[in-house]
Amino acid sequence: MFALHRPQRSPRLFSSNPAGALRTLLLIAVCIALMFYDHQRGHLQKIHAALSTLVYPVQAVVNAPYALAGWAGDKLAVHSALVRENTRLKQQLLRDAVQLQQTAALEQENARLRELMQAGAKLSGHVVVATLLAVDMDPFRHVIIIDKGAHAGVYEGQTLLDAHGIIGQIIQVGPVSSEAALITDPSQAIQVEVNRTSLRTLAIGGADVDILSLPYLANNADVKPGDLLVTSGLDNHYPAGYPVAVITQVHRDPAEPFASVSAQPVADLDHGHDVLLYFPALAPAPVPKPEVRGAKKTPGKRPR
Amino acid sequence: MRNPIRRRANWVIVVTYLVALLLSIWPLPDWAEPFRPAWVMLATVYWCLFLPHRVGLLVTFVVGILVDSLTGSLLGEHALALLLVAWVVLKLHLQIRVYPWWQQTLLVLSLMLLYTFVLFWVDGMLGYTQGALLRWMPVLITTLLWPWVMQLMSVLQQRYQVS
Repeated sequence: MFALHRPQRSPRLFSSNPAGALRTLLLIAVCIALMFYDHQRGHLQKIHAALSTLVYPVQAVVNAPYALAGWAGDKLAVHSALVRENTRLKQQLLRDAVQLQQTAALEQENARLRELMQAGAKLSGHVVVATLLAVDMDPFRHVIIIDKGAHAGVYEGQTLLDAHGIIGQIIQVGPVSSEAALITDPSQAIQVEVNRTSLRTLAIGGADVDILSLPYLANNADVKPGDLLVTSGLDNHYPAGYPVAVITQVHRDPAEPFASVSAQPVADLDHGHDVLLYFPALAPAPVPKPEVRGAKKTPGKRPR
Repeated sequence: MRNPIRRRANWVIVVTYLVALLLSIWPLPDWAEPFRPAWVMLATVYWCLFLPHRVGLLVTFVVGILVDSLTGSLLGEHALALLLVAWVVLKLHLQIRVYPWWQQTLLVLSLMLLYTFVLFWVDGMLGYTQGALLRWMPVLITTLLWPWVMQLMSVLQQRYQVS
């Protein structure tokens, strides 16, 4: 019986049309449809999550030598080196603690002043450390992969920070890993304000990983190189008051309506290893409005 | 009942694709990143050329989607580029097989131009237009790699009798 089937299974020299027109066109149409829906983010979340689980082993294999090297480095570190690092870290901790003391006092003062101005209280969130996977992504996009996913509570649009400032936001969440776009990705924009003058504007990404551009500043805007840009929080997306970039270049051409301003991100966008996931504090319940007399239940509203 | 050689042979195809996927996200120094060869494209050309009845458009599509997911590009972008390359190879595989090696390499050059052009085109529509010159670097490197990759793959194919 098998002998009868053998010839069919043996390699065919002239295989019957492996590139049928119908199949080709169908698959190309599927590709185009996928690209179309994927471009409008949010439509293909489930497919992305499933695929990211599927390819995670590949990423883990690529990441393994680096993780192993880090682990071996910890295990085999020389005692004197560890002591030196420990001393350095302790000094750093001491310096930071001193600064934090001032911060606590300033925070209290700020809260009091805000109360005086009857402005809403500033909310602060907490952060969770995540590690970048050592894999290379598309070289023309500024995206990174982190080792935390939906199981760690990561959500789409979440802010990523490092010790110096804003890194970017989560764009895809998988079960065990997530993808984030850096603020310098060409598809990204972030609401910032100049720390010195509170002038608000947009910073958008571009080709270079260490350049943000600020295209919507008028020619006579009060900006100069060295100004710090912080998040304004007006986009209801990034938490307010975190450092984003430092202005490096201001070019004013009287013939143009807008100045051309570029800035350098303060976060370690392309060298960092650990990042922080920002979880905003839950907003307190809105203060009930003082009741207005007469606005109480009117007889007309009472059900009859 | 399938014969054991055939089953092991399937495994060889999967492994070559896996290696190509690994190499396409393997961390390189920053300066070398734009020069990364299109490994998956080479594997696709080889298998579509020599095993068109086993590795066709559907396999290429699935592999392309995996590449998209791995590199964080738009879903379907690499799949489309690979599909077009695979389609050309499948259409012409009987002719390409009998070409001398340098003629095959020239064909891989034009396929790589097509592949890069599709990626560039899709990226251009999305606004990722930076690095216009750097984008064409993998074309040359991938083309130069073809004769070596082909030798290696045909040794593998004969060693494990993939057919």
